Amino acid sequence: MYSGKIVLLFAPLVALAAWTSNPWRESQSSVSPKEATTRTNGLAAWQQVYSVLTHPRCINCHTATNHPQQGDDRHRHFANVVRGPQGKGVPALQCVTCHQDANADSTGVPGGHDWHLAPLSMKWQDLNDNILSSAEVCRAITDRSKNNNRDGAALLKHHTEEPLVLWAFQPGRRIDGSLRTLPPLTHEQFVAATRKWVEAGTPCPQTP
Amino acid sequence: METYDITVNGVPKQVTVDPGTPLLWVLREDLKMTGTKYGCGIAACGACTVHLGGVATRSCVVPISLVGSRSVVTIEAMADDPIGHAVQDEWVSLDVVQCGYCQSGQIMSAVALLKSIPKPTDKEIEESMGGNLCRCATYVRIREAIKSASQQLKT
Amino acid sequence: MRYVHTSGNVLNLTRRSFLRVSASAAGGLLVSLYFALPLAAQEGAQPKPKAYPPDAFVQIKPDGKILITVNRLEFGQGVYTSLPMILADEMDADWSQVIAELAPAAEVYKDPLFGIQMVGGSGSIAHSFQQYRELGAKTRAMLVAAAADQWKVSPDQCRTEASVVHGPSGQLAKYAELAQAAAKQPVPATVQLKDPSQFRLVGKRVRRLDSRPKCDGSIKFGLDLDLPGMKTAVVAHPPVFGGSVKTFDDKAARSMEGVREVFEIPLVRGTAVAVVADKFWTAKQARDRLKIDWDLSAAKPADSAQLFADYKELAHAPGNVAANRGDQNAMDAVAASNRIVAEYEFPYLAHAPMEPLNTTIRFDGDRAEVWAGSQFQTVDQMAIAEVLGLKPEQVTFHTEMAGGGFGRRAVPDSHVQREAAAIAKRLRGTPVKLVWTREDDVQGGYYRPMHVHRVEIGIGQNGMPTAWRHVIVGQSLVTGTPFAAMLIKNGVDETAVEGTADTHYNIPNFHVSAHHPQVNVPVLWWRSVGHTHNGFVMETLVDELATRAKMDPIAYRLKLLSPDAKKLRACLALLEEKSATWRNSVPPNHAVGIACHESFETGVACAVEVSIDDQRPRIHRATIAVDPGVAVNPLTIESQMQGGLGFGVTQLMAKGAITLKNGRVEQRNFDGYTPPYIKDAPVAVDVHIVPSTEKPSGCGEPPVPAIAPAVVNALAKLTGKRYRNLPLASI
Repeated sequence: MYSGKIVLLFAPLVALAAWTSNPWRESQSSVSPKEATTRTNGLAAWQQVYSVLTHPRCINCHTATNHPQQGDDRHRHFANVVRGPQGKGVPALQCVTCHQDANADSTGVPGGHDWHLAPLSMKWQDLNDNILSSAEVCRAITDRSKNNNRDGAALLKHHTEEPLVLWAFQPGRRIDGSLRTLPPLTHEQFVAATRKWVEAGTPCPQTP
Repeated sequence: METYDITVNGVPKQVTVDPGTPLLWVLREDLKMTGTKYGCGIAACGACTVHLGGVATRSCVVPISLVGSRSVVTIEAMADDPIGHAVQDEWVSLDVVQCGYCQSGQIMSAVALLKSIPKPTDKEIEESMGGNLCRCATYVRIREAIKSASQQLKT
Repeated sequence: MRYVHTSGNVLNLTRRSFLRVSASAAGGLLVSLYFALPLAAQEGAQPKPKAYPPDAFVQIKPDGKILITVNRLEFGQGVYTSLPMILADEMDADWSQVIAELAPAAEVYKDPLFGIQMVGGSGSIAHSFQQYRELGAKTRAMLVAAAADQWKVSPDQCRTEASVVHGPSGQLAKYAELAQAAAKQPVPATVQLKDPSQFRLVGKRVRRLDSRPKCDGSIKFGLDLDLPGMKTAVVAHPPVFGGSVKTFDDKAARSMEGVREVFEIPLVRGTAVAVVADKFWTAKQARDRLKIDWDLSAAKPADSAQLFADYKELAHAPGNVAANRGDQNAMDAVAASNRIVAEYEFPYLAHAPMEPLNTTIRFDGDRAEVWAGSQFQTVDQMAIAEVLGLKPEQVTFHTEMAGGGFGRRAVPDSHVQREAAAIAKRLRGTPVKLVWTREDDVQGGYYRPMHVHRVEIGIGQNGMPTAWRHVIVGQSLVTGTPFAAMLIKNGVDETAVEGTADTHYNIPNFHVSAHHPQVNVPVLWWRSVGHTHNGFVMETLVDELATRAKMDPIAYRLKLLSPDAKKLRACLALLEEKSATWRNSVPPNHAVGIACHESFETGVACAVEVSIDDQRPRIHRATIAVDPGVAVNPLTIESQMQGGLGFGVTQLMAKGAITLKNGRVEQRNFDGYTPPYIKDAPVAVDVHIVPSTEKPSGCGEPPVPAIAPAVVNALAKLTGKRYRNLPLASI
């Protein structure tokens, strides 16, 4: 596969190209055909990543509000649970008050290590629960002032190893015994798409 | 069936139960400790609140298999806890309870709050107690009792 | 009928309450008859004052503790404390030594007015105040007589205080020392009661007797019961009311370790499958593994959307007449621009007490023992006896402390008890605890019925109503129960129209009628019953009239109320006084809403301060004035006012509705049917009691009808909208 060094070498160029060019225009004087293909592939990979990020299993905790969502219909989480100062709830009503380190299939409560909300900087919906566009989400997660200073490699690592990300792909059973709906990709596919996107320089779509 | 060793209110216990059995039912039926209550079974009401590893936890949704080595503390231990005792005293002094069924959970939540925030604001009280249901709606006196307990625990 | 005592202390009853008392008393007889109970006083229409033996109510222990037996279920309303207070006061007992217990089912513990052992209708203090006073006074008299005997003095030379009898020459004897001798004294036929100025407990803010055990985990509710060899049962109910089991496959269920029995049981309508196991969790897991094929052919599927459409159509024509004053055609002369036409919708409501329903029974062939937190001991005891083929007196019925009720534990058909009895019958000799899960509770029926109201009001020049036509559509609660004879008049179920038909507003040309469709959904009271929806309709419409007339809402109500609406007038006056400091100076984006209502002979008037926060009403404060006659325990009354207002907020909750689709209840648990949490209830409630010497009336239900209209009246000021459909899904 591509070595990390080559990616790092080309990444700024591709990123620059992404910021300055219209991805839907066929030829760019400043972008080589190879880079354009890479960018196109990267954007396609990003769309796959986006499809996972905006699936309920992920986006339910990437809210803009003071509370998480739950369910495939992304309704407001019951029992008035709130974000709290660190996204972990408040005393007596923390996320871990109910959510343990692993799924509790016998009681229908999902679980993963250190269950908590993504920070507001990682909100992928607006205050009216409308999912942000592909461009907006891409901008948010590549913004190092907002994403905990993660570069492409760190983003890839996050998608590969973070327990709550892993949870989304083994989300456990509901109280009625049915399996929770899975994201559109498997974890392996999600990691592969992320890698492709990162190696293409984490391009973002231009449309707002 | 599996055997689990847990510590409840400082006392080691051993139970042999189905791994999926919620801690709530282990406490109530295997250990005959009925102070922790069943109100809904889906963590929506808080009547089942215990302190698990020092964290207020809704025992109706935690299977015994996930308890591990964390200590379990229940309402039965609150009389011997300085904050627990102060909270109970204020609950009695202000005549908070009506039917009383939710109050084990209310007190466990209130104690967890005060252990974390000794002088909570009204907003903090409302948020932390926000998930404890009381059908008798004793909420007005719950707020007052928490503030009062907080004042009693000046040091 | 006045309660007359030898001392001449008389409780003066107003004429209205006199009529209510005797009507209820007559109704009480009817109730007893229909329940086929042996009647103490079959002769004559008026019940003889019953003689209640003090030794069934008071036990003085050798160590000085005084055990007082409470003839009603304690389920939060505070009778465990207030009834003993009444007795202890007349008895001059040392309150610090008083302990209480809940009476088992027995003849002597029946409600003096209704003739069955029960709690409901906010009647505990109202019906037992006199009774417990007399019991206390009689006990005191017997203790004094015993001391007087010993000292060879006259009883009226003695006085009593704090569990001690004092003689004329410095003699003293503790009640504990006199107890045995006192028990041998004849029970006096009449007694002198205290002058209210002599009360030491009644009228005081006395703390509850059951607080500490409810705070330290030691109290035992019915669900906490544990008996040697006890098994636990759960029941798989049909998904549509009235369904039956066709076939069922219990292989997977039986294969679980700890599962004892799986079998079909009859229900009041239809059948179900019972699972009995060593423990609750096992039983529940096993039930989840049952495969049941249901016969739903006899189970007519109810559908909320369809029902609302049907009800609205019915509401366009008058039904059976509940009230008719003046000229029912007067409305026709009122121009359309001077009319209000309003349609209201109310959903089914689940009671959802915090403690899920449960009953424990052990059947031994020729007798049975029952433990249940029941509001209807006599009725339940009879039903259990019937299922077990016993006589009621062969069934020992223990009353357990209950985690809330709100009417859910007062069920005329005793359906839960019948399930438990059917299971106990099969497991003869083994005690079985039947547990309803929260899902069973939310989906199991016995809801406050859904209703539609259609109201036409003609408005006169001065803004006062000149005509009022009101149609109410909703299931009858009492049809098919022994209460029907008492509560259905002219085809109208009184519980559906109470709060409207008997309004204290002086409305001319007033016509109220009702339709009672038959629907395949079991229905039940819900704290304050018909007042829940009637109070809402009346108080929002009156408020609308006040706004149109550009009058202050309190002033308007005072003008519209009939002159002899004594309690409501007193409450409104007290409310005006006590809310004066804040009512006219709330912050911007806050508004004040007013409501008043009389139910169960108690008047309340309430003012709330509301703003809109996160798209929901936030109730910053409520001031409530209440007139319950003599206030036995103001601390309890305050808790009932605060709690009743909070309970009433259930009607406003976004998810405060039970809905059915194709016969199936759509909600499952508190996530789908969501009662008020702390942020939904009023933040602060100050309670003010109108001073009174009238006989005490109830406090459990009267506050409930006031909160929803008060809040919505405030919202109307903030948004300009009128809210006529509950729950408040959006603002």
